[in-house]
Parts: sequence; C-alpha cells; structure tokens
Amino acid sequence: MIEVVVITGRTTDQGMTIDEKLSEAYMKAVSFCEMNEKDMEKLGVKDGDRVLIKNELGEVVLYVKKPEMDLQPPEGIVFIPMGPYANRIVGILNGSGTPQYKGVKATVEKTDRAVLSVEEIIME
Amino acid sequence: MIKDVVCTFCGNACDDIEFEGDYGRNLCPVGEAKFARKERIKTPMINGKEVSYDEAIEKAAEILKSSKRPLLYGWSSTVNEAIRLGVIIAEKLGGIYDQCSSVCHAPTTLAMIEQGIVGGTLGQAKNRADVVVFWGCNPVEAHPRHPTRYSVMARGFLTRGRSDRRVIVVDVRKTPTAYLATDFYMIKPNSDFAIFTALRSIVNGHEEAVPDRVGGLKKEELIELAKTLESAKYGLVFFGLGVTHTRGHERNVEAVIKLVQDLNKKTRYILQPMRGHFNVVGSGEVPAWEVGFEYAIDFSRGYARFSPGEFTAVEALIRGDCDAAMIVASDPVAHFPKKAVERLKKIPVIQIDPHPNLTTKIADVVIPTAIVGIEAEGTIYRMDGVPLRVKKIKDTNYPTDVEIMEKLLEKIVR
Ligand code: SF4
Repeated sequence: MIEVVVITGRTTDQGMTIDEKLSEAYMKAVSFCEMNEKDMEKLGVKDGDRVLIKNELGEVVLYVKKPEMDLQPPEGIVFIPMGPYANRIVGILNGSGTPQYKGVKATVEKTDRAVLSVEEIIME
Repeated sequence: MIKDVVCTFCGNACDDIEFEGDYGRNLCPVGEAKFARKERIKTPMINGKEVSYDEAIEKAAEILKSSKRPLLYGWSSTVNEAIRLGVIIAEKLGGIYDQCSSVCHAPTTLAMIEQGIVGGTLGQAKNRADVVVFWGCNPVEAHPRHPTRYSVMARGFLTRGRSDRRVIVVDVRKTPTAYLATDFYMIKPNSDFAIFTALRSIVNGHEEAVPDRVGGLKKEELIELAKTLESAKYGLVFFGLGVTHTRGHERNVEAVIKLVQDLNKKTRYILQPMRGHFNVVGSGEVPAWEVGFEYAIDFSRGYARFSPGEFTAVEALIRGDCDAAMIVASDPVAHFPKKAVERLKKIPVIQIDPHPNLTTKIADVVIPTAIVGIEAEGTIYRMDGVPLRVKKIKDTNYPTDVEIMEKLLEKIVR
C-alpha cells in the first residue's frame, strides 16, 4: 500500500464520449488511473492490473494505465479522469461551494476486485 | 455548404466550422465527436414508461410545484434564451438556481467579486500576446483548438505566431500541453497560492522575502519565471481547474488576479479563465443580468439571495435542503461527489437533455430535447464573454429547451 495525492482532470477520450456515458467507450475513458512507474513497481502492478484507491470519502477500484510517452505523473501523484469513478474519492467540501476535486490524499493497493460498470458505480 | 457554424462543445466555441452534409471542416476530434450521430433519448418518460410531451411536462410541473425548495441546476450546454426562462421558473417556485460553475470556475467568480479582473478577449491573445501562460490547465485535451486558433500558434495583427511567443506551462504533472511550452514548470499540488504570492513578491521587488523553495520550485526558477512574465509586451495568463479545484480555491484565483494586477504596473497583462462548456459563461451571465448573481441563488424568501457554500448544489443536496431537482443540459450524477449523488437518488428528479446519461438513470421524469447548435439555435457566450449566435443545421422532431421551458413556465404560473 502506498500513500498518494489524487488529481482529476479532463482527457480527450473523456471529452469525446461525454454524450455517450452509457457506452463502453465512456467507461474505458474514465475507469483508470495513471501513476509513476516507480509507484507501479512499489505496488507490484503493471498496465491493465487493478488497484483499490481509498480515503475517508470512499473507495474505488480502477485499472492501472501506463501513461503514454513521458507523460507519467511524478511519484506520489495519481491521475484519474474526471467522472463517476474519480468522484468516489474526491470532492472535499471546504465551504466555498466548489468541492476540492484535486490534490486529495488517498491510499493505493493492488486488488483482485472487479472494476464496476458505470451503472453499478452510480447505483451502488 | 453551411458556413460559420459554431461548435457547441467547449468554451472555445469555434465559429469557423463549415458543414458539407455530415462532415464538419475545422472541427477538432472532440468537436467531431460532438457532432457525430449518437444514441438519443427517444421519447419523454415518467418512471421509465414512455409518455407524451404534455404528460411529462404536466408531471414535471406537478413535482416542482409541490416541492418546498426545488433545485434547478445545469444550464451550461443550452442557450441564453432557455437559461433566462429557467431563472424565472426558479424565482416563481421559490427554489434554488445553480449551474455547472459551482463545481468548476465558481471560485473565479468569487475572486472577481472581491478583486475585479484585468480581462480581455481571445482576440487579444491572438493579435497581441507575446507571453502566454497556461496555469493548471490542459488546452490540448480540454480546448483542443485553443493553441492554434487563439493562443500559441495563432497569427494575429501584431504577432507572427509561435515564433513570436514565449509559452509557459505550469502544472502538477506533465500534460500534452507541456509539449507546446517554451518553459514548463512542475509544481506540487495545492501550492498555487504560495507560488503566486512568491511571484508577486519578486515582481514587487521583495525578492529577499522568498524562501529557497516554494511549492516544488527553487527560488532561482521563481525569479526566472517572474522575469519571463515581466518581459512581455502583452502577456496573457490562462488558468484552469488546477487553480480552482485545489485547496485554496477562490484564494488561489485572488492571488493570480493580484499577480496580474502587479504585472500591469510594469507592462500589459490580461487574465482569462479556461471555461469548460460552450455556454457555461451564459449560465452565469444570464442570472447576473436577471437577478444580480451568477450562481448559488436562492429565491425561497421571494427575492434573490447569493450564498456559495449554502445554495451551491452540492452543499444544498448534502444538507438535504432540496426535496426535488430539475436538471437541464447537464449530468450531475456523473460529476458531483458521491454524497450529493446519493441525495439526488432519493428525491424526485426531472431531466431535460438530448442524450441519455447517468442522470437519466436516476431521473423520474425525462424530457428529451433538440441538440443546441445542431438542431436548435440561440445565443451563447464564449469563454471570454463574447456573445455568439449558434445555428440550427439539421431539422428535428425534438422540441427545443426554450419550447419546453416556455410550456413549463406556463404550467407553473397557471
Ligand atoms: S476546440 Fe472546442 S469549440 Fe473548437 S472545435 Fe474543438 S471542441 Fe469545438
């Protein structure tokens, strides 16, 4: 298990599938996380494996994706595309009205649990 | 061929799209996806059962009228004409009007109320800017044509494009936008406020007050960055959710506004938030000219009150204040934190939208409408506040958001 800071954001694939949220393409676009190679090594995970990310807001199981080219986040930072998966573990309320969707602490561990479908995740 | 079509996806609202049948020239991949044919909500529904438009609108009016404090939320992907009616409906119902900014750039609005803003248009970026900063934003993925059309490579009256510009990217991770940068600075999450403040100290001549490291940057790097900023003849700072979504929220934005004010003592600078949806600006501007506030507006006392943190949708839902919700042109179930979604699942929800999405899954009444900018026309505001007329380029049997809002208003005041 490692401690990380989670950040969320838009991606091209998320933008392209935003009007088709019940499609497989959308699930594929938002149900993964990216982390540094060194963190992947520490966790013993490779591209396509699953991890459980947890904090006091909740938990979520995501696929691990090895970032393209040299775009890996720095050590200790996990990127998740904005959407229903990320929202299980981000969104701290600081009183200004806008939830904190970025810079949220969490732990990551390797898991065998399944990644839920988009529908399962909102109905859970 | 239909010329000068406005793309109704991101805040760039590119107005140079040319349609030849189904093919839209000049669209970026995300814009292409927006205009592609896709699954629609076929008919209006009440609890999953197909009904007529009249029945669905009747039911929606009934839910809203019997609710003590309905939440009317969304609006960023429809036209100003529909938003105007939405604000009136919220007022008549004594409900809450809130819009997508409350989970995006609302801290920017708050900071602007406190500090004002040195603003301009994207035309300034294109025609004048020689130093362009992208702070906590990733236009290559979120606003794909921004670099070519307005900022990095755009040729203008006084700029010859990329070779005339110094491009600075500041972010907590390397994004594809960093590939466009002359200088890329990687900072630590939640350190924007500290870094803006350090830069202000340097710009204002108090270099000695800056510690050796701030937010992951060495003092020398901060000095170098400040000098680059000061070297501009005409500078432009674009910032995104990397600034508003992290700890500090509106205080971060206030700090960057002050930095830009300070830079204006030495040269010319403007600041521009990278707004997400094509009319998220309208969803704030319209209530501002109707009732004086941009978001988090409560009408329960018969007049408009603004209180972020109280009347913003997420908090109002989590506190259990709202006993019904109408969602227009948005998908809060996909984008709100889990606890707020849990409340939405418990109360009656009316959804007005062209496409099935996650809010459709929990909505009691679903009313499908025409797609704005493809099947429906109207007025929108680009990210810099420039109003544009979006076109109708295809016929449809779906009613427009405006038509649905008109009928709903009629039933509510009846
Ligand atoms: S940059 Fe934005 S507005 Fe322009 S074509 Fe792409 S999605 Fe549409």
